[in-house]
Amino acid sequence: MGINCIKSRNILGIGNLSPEEISFILDTAESLKDILDRPIKKVPPLRGKTVVHLFFEPSTRTRLSFELAAKRLSADTVSISAAASSVVKGESLIDTARNVEAMRPDVIVMRHSYSGAPHLLARHVNAAIINAGDGTNEHPSQALLDVFTVREHLGKIKGLKIAIIGDILHSRVAHSDIMAFSRMGAEVFVTGPATMLPPQAEVLGARVVMTIEEALEEADVIIALRIQKERQGESLIPSEREYARLFGISRDTVRLARPGALIMHPGPINRGIEMTPEIADGPYSVILDQVTNGVAIRMALLSLLLADTSRKSAEQ
Amino acid sequence: MKTVLFKGGRIIDPSQDWDFAGDILVDRGVIRDAGPSVSVASEVPVIELAGMWFVPGLVDMHVHLREPGEEYKETIASGTAAAAAGGFTAVACMPNSRPPNDSAAITRLVLEKAGMAGNARVYPVAAVTMGQKGERITEFGDLLEAGAVAFSDDGVPVANAAVMRRALEYSRNFDALIISHAEEPDLAAGGVMNEGSMSTLLGLKGIPAVAEEIAVFRDVCLAELTGGRLHIAHVSTRGAVEIIRQAKQRGVRVTAETAPHYFSLTEEVVEGYNTLAKMNPPLRTEEDRSAIIEGLQDGILDAVATDHAPHSSLEKECEFQIAANGITGLETALPLTLALVRGGHMSASDMIRSMSTRPSEILGIPGGTLRTGGVADITIIDPDSRFELTRERMHSLSCNTPFLGQTLTGQAVLTMVGGRPVYDPRGLLLS
Ligand SMILES: [Zn+2]
Repeated sequence: MGINCIKSRNILGIGNLSPEEISFILDTAESLKDILDRPIKKVPPLRGKTVVHLFFEPSTRTRLSFELAAKRLSADTVSISAAASSVVKGESLIDTARNVEAMRPDVIVMRHSYSGAPHLLARHVNAAIINAGDGTNEHPSQALLDVFTVREHLGKIKGLKIAIIGDILHSRVAHSDIMAFSRMGAEVFVTGPATMLPPQAEVLGARVVMTIEEALEEADVIIALRIQKERQGESLIPSEREYARLFGISRDTVRLARPGALIMHPGPINRGIEMTPEIADGPYSVILDQVTNGVAIRMALLSLLLADTSRKSAEQ
Repeated sequence: MKTVLFKGGRIIDPSQDWDFAGDILVDRGVIRDAGPSVSVASEVPVIELAGMWFVPGLVDMHVHLREPGEEYKETIASGTAAAAAGGFTAVACMPNSRPPNDSAAITRLVLEKAGMAGNARVYPVAAVTMGQKGERITEFGDLLEAGAVAFSDDGVPVANAAVMRRALEYSRNFDALIISHAEEPDLAAGGVMNEGSMSTLLGLKGIPAVAEEIAVFRDVCLAELTGGRLHIAHVSTRGAVEIIRQAKQRGVRVTAETAPHYFSLTEEVVEGYNTLAKMNPPLRTEEDRSAIIEGLQDGILDAVATDHAPHSSLEKECEFQIAANGITGLETALPLTLALVRGGHMSASDMIRSMSTRPSEILGIPGGTLRTGGVADITIIDPDSRFELTRERMHSLSCNTPFLGQTLTGQAVLTMVGGRPVYDPRGLLLS
């Protein structure tokens, strides 16, 4: 307890963060959050620093959130959508990374459709890497903002029951959420169509149940995930209609949870499938708070990684 | 070098149930005599090799030499040099070159290149189906005549059961061997590592063990139906060992091999998205690893074969998902299998049986024995010498092995093919 830095030079996944480090990131985000409500939403700590957003997969929300976070802290930002450019021409990820590295960025925020791509990049560049989502592996900043949002509303994480519903197997948000919440002392229940549940999910820290009733019973937090009916041409559910009937969050199913249970979704929502509109827009939905908090969490990550750059360059 | 007496070694030859201290006399490429004490005329040069093992040359029945087509990864010359350095006097090379070896012309090309290289012997395995497409079977007769020793679509499974049935049936006209890369393609589709806790932790798509087991079961059923001779390549799961055990008990004509990585490593090595641990079949769990060792002990797994699969940094220094499958094995198989002997899991004799005698028998090729009058394909092993596996000491053009940088124990100190030294780092036969 009482740490004042994070050990790792990169944020690749929740898997590499200790509970103390997670708390420290949340505390830092809390102290930065009020900047977002000021009339002049800009502070100078990262002046002269460069953050490159290297996105190999289309993304609007996450990239916007990261860019805004960097700008609020006065960093210079560059965005590269690599999907359409060099990668298609056969340039390898390492080549791309070296080219970006030559521009001397301090942080590379990276999204890629392959699990482990940021880990590969981290081995080849000196800049700090933030994983903004890699394949079906992790999305650490999303999990941190989810934990932050829950802590903000419920005052604690320890002892809470978190229910995560949907395609757990292919969701990097689910993987990171499970690890983050369980690391912070919550009990995490996951459910969804069994075709979308990972083998041996307990290694992540989750309890797998087969019905939404078991998952939601006495839950303090309900996180619904985005569903894709087909993945690589494989149908994992018979229909969206049946999914909505069995796993959609509605007024009826929410009754199983604790009164006032928080409703969350990483977005974008398929209204009527993952949850009914009245739930998504209802009084306990904190979906928009998640978006706001996302900026604060990403500001925290950037400032913590960059606070340490002097130490890191000394090491090299 | 005409005649030489190797003296004072441990002679291990499972084909004759030999394991004793003694001497071997090699004369003009032939084993002239072997026994506890061989006496020779005074002018015959004597090489004293106390503490060394004299064994029939090791035979690797599963390698990828990449020529023709991918010579930047390996050539027949470099691959056979790696074989010789690893103690192998013969290798059987899989047909997934570019183009694949599905015709007598390519089989002859491989043999011609191997002859020119003059390292380890090469026995081509030809494709089961034209272009390895899994549709029309190749000209077994023509290919055998050209020098092929078995048929396999290794690299890709024969997806269609009816095609596999036809191949096993047709093989009976020649008593030819069909080698199965056993994998149910739909279950394995998109998978990049073993399915289980590690794939969940890494967020990678897994290949379930049953993808292998279903295919092994299918192929032993087809071998039973047709009476064809089947060999299962690179067995990696506990279930597959059990299916083969039961098939053998029923009298099905089936043999099997595993690779050193399946008894040395588990899926844990994939951690950190280590592409040097990516292979197909994938590294499995500790439970599977111990079942593979048991299978070797019981002889259910007949042979240790490397599945030597050289790749350049182009295919390996990249995202795990798109990295190529396979690791090199020719220069690590000997120390890795010796580790089983040192660990008390198998006898030295059983090790040589699985690395020389059985693969020779299964392929129906000469070798695998120190019988008097036989060709002098001999490997001399220093079982205790330690070495660091570095890029520089490897003969393969590629160094994609998870053992790179490790210190291994046991290596060949002399490899002879037909009495001719093909690997002699200590210059034993220079004088
Ligand atoms: Zn294979």
